[in-house]
Amino acid sequence: MENMVNIFLFGKKYEVPDNLTIMRAMEYAGYQLVRGCGCRNGFCGACATIYRIKGDRELKSCLACQTKVEDNMYIATLPFFPLVKQVYDIEKVKPTEQIMMQLYPEIYACIGCNACTKSCTQELNVMQYIAYAQRGEYEKCAEESFDCVMCGVCSARCPAGISHPQVAMLARRLNGKYLAPKCDHLEDRVREINDGTFKELIEDLMQKPIDQIKELYNTREIEK
Amino acid sequence: MYPERLTKSIQAVEAAREKNIAYEPARMTAQQKEELLKAYHPDYKVEEFEELKIGQNKGQKVPKELCAILQAHSRIKADDVDLTKPDYDVDVLIIGGGGAGSSAAIEAHQAGADVMIVTKLRIGDANTMMAEGGIQAADKPNDSPATHFVDAFGGGHFAAKRELLSKLVCDAPEAIQWLSELGVEFDKDADGNMITTHGGGTSRKRMHAAKDYSGAEIMRTLRDEVLNRNIPVVDFTAAIELIKDDKGQIAGAVLMNMETKELLVARAKTVIIATGGAGRMHYQGFPTSNHYGATADGLVLGYRAGAQLLYAETLQYHPTGAAYPEQIFGALVTEKVRSLGAKLVNANGEVFMHPLETRDVAAASIIRECNDRNNGVETGSGLGVWLDTPMIEKIGGEGTIEKRIPAMMRMFGKYGIDIRKEPIIVYPTLHYQNGGLDITPDGMTTNVKNLYVAGEAVGGIHGRNRLMGNSLLDIIVFGRGAGKSAAAQCKNVTLGKLNLDHVAEFEKEIDKAGIKTDLVSPKLLPDYTNKK
Repeated sequence: MENMVNIFLFGKKYEVPDNLTIMRAMEYAGYQLVRGCGCRNGFCGACATIYRIKGDRELKSCLACQTKVEDNMYIATLPFFPLVKQVYDIEKVKPTEQIMMQLYPEIYACIGCNACTKSCTQELNVMQYIAYAQRGEYEKCAEESFDCVMCGVCSARCPAGISHPQVAMLARRLNGKYLAPKCDHLEDRVREINDGTFKELIEDLMQKPIDQIKELYNTREIEK
Repeated sequence: MYPERLTKSIQAVEAAREKNIAYEPARMTAQQKEELLKAYHPDYKVEEFEELKIGQNKGQKVPKELCAILQAHSRIKADDVDLTKPDYDVDVLIIGGGGAGSSAAIEAHQAGADVMIVTKLRIGDANTMMAEGGIQAADKPNDSPATHFVDAFGGGHFAAKRELLSKLVCDAPEAIQWLSELGVEFDKDADGNMITTHGGGTSRKRMHAAKDYSGAEIMRTLRDEVLNRNIPVVDFTAAIELIKDDKGQIAGAVLMNMETKELLVARAKTVIIATGGAGRMHYQGFPTSNHYGATADGLVLGYRAGAQLLYAETLQYHPTGAAYPEQIFGALVTEKVRSLGAKLVNANGEVFMHPLETRDVAAASIIRECNDRNNGVETGSGLGVWLDTPMIEKIGGEGTIEKRIPAMMRMFGKYGIDIRKEPIIVYPTLHYQNGGLDITPDGMTTNVKNLYVAGEAVGGIHGRNRLMGNSLLDIIVFGRGAGKSAAAQCKNVTLGKLNLDHVAEFEKEIDKAGIKTDLVSPKLLPDYTNKK
């Protein structure tokens, strides 16, 4: 037997089983979702949601697909938030402090309230990664922000108007392209392929009778 | 937090852990695998398939649910739209905003084409975003594209189109390089060497990863690049029918705003279908690891326009979908968990198979263990087997799980399960559409001119089963390829008068074949509302 709880979707009361996620509870109530529903697995950030439990002062945030309903939960989804996304040419930018000053100067207006960190649906230390971005420490910013799903809740709560997920996105791309060590074996292999090193091997496989490939496959040596 | 009735089984798993870590189970022989698949893999359940009565693949069998939408009615009639007044007019129209569509858009734009993406949800709402484990490329000295070819060809039961597979493996290292240049953060050591692991069925460690957010890291970077290039993205807008011209070539698509239902016309010299997979069709009632929008739309659009399907009867059931707790039922537990050393263990604490068999074999083996040998774990809402994640910390050292598979740790942690200390329960989940539209290596469909396909909507790249890490690879390789080809091709295209004659003809065929149905397609979204 299912235990039922009362929830309030945009203020309207519905009775739903207590084992459902907020997303499933909305569907149970009859919503055919178009907005605010994506991967349903906590990776895409489509279902940012704000809620408050009756009698509780604190406004909490979560992903609707990753959070179970509770009794007397007031729920408002936040399917879109107008983040600022600056346009830049990844080939022309450089991983210096100046680039943040040019593209996202508002990060220097951070007042240190930590509302971003408190609201993060992934429990990231958002204010810390913004601090790294301010100092041009993009490797640290990239690492600290890595699990960000760009749901935008942090920005919704920010009094300084910072678009944290976009700042982190830029930091990660700068790190991946310019700061991470170059991969020699990758460059070597691309060169070898372009030089035709494997051409004969591949052409041979293209012609080989199925039985011979089966033999190759079934007797291949597997790296430990 | 596990219910008390599972305590005994958990204790059995814990007691056997040291022994199970040391134990190296034998891999199955080719014959054992074949027998296992025939007896237990869902693709072999004949009663779940139905013969197509119309279209290019008439006479062939596909899953019942797919058959129904392939032979369903169009959402529109010809006079619902005015094709002489297009709302958009572009060189390259890309349907779908996932990894394949975004890669295609970037390359077509790079080549100077006027390109536009339409997507029924948002750009990045795609299976790409959810791919966790990694992307294959033979870029280590002990590896080669030829070895990669043999692994993938064998893993796909020797059914892949060789010209597609050779493109996949030969273009793989360059795909990784391209992504790196865009700023994708692959896991590397201090010298820049890629940290690579095995996937099921690989003979070399060639799985590149970005923790267990590999697809998300790739997708968000591609999305950022699409936006940086100011490529128009028309979101919350689905393509519901392709348009042809009086020369019989592809000429655009009819679009529908998902919120207002307004119909729009996009005229285009070339069209790329990059609509992804079909997990949300829930074939055979399976749960799925897929995105909300994975409803095989591209297959429906293409089939109605006369394109051919290849291997549409083969689906991939990922062996390790979450079976507990029920809130994440069917969610993907990345194969990387097994790459890092966790083994599959039955209710009695026994390792019953090699953890890195190919996905179809592993799925069938888990189904056998649960449903035939009665060694499954009863979760309360079904059966599953243990995946002994604490082994990873014992093998790789404390902290390995947090560093290498943080998303998994978080997903289970939300429900009070610490995967560093407790094993998890898994059961196969519908994961990937092996088949799809038939293409040539440049990405064009084999029989509809100027219609391209990329990504999961393609059939034939992998054959009848796909190896882990070859899907993230194929969306990049064939996405880029389709973008370049379409951008080159559009220079040779002069469009004639636009029409929807093929839609009317398809309706006639439905009627002639005596198919009685109220269904309309493409499906666009699943319906999970509670019918009272």
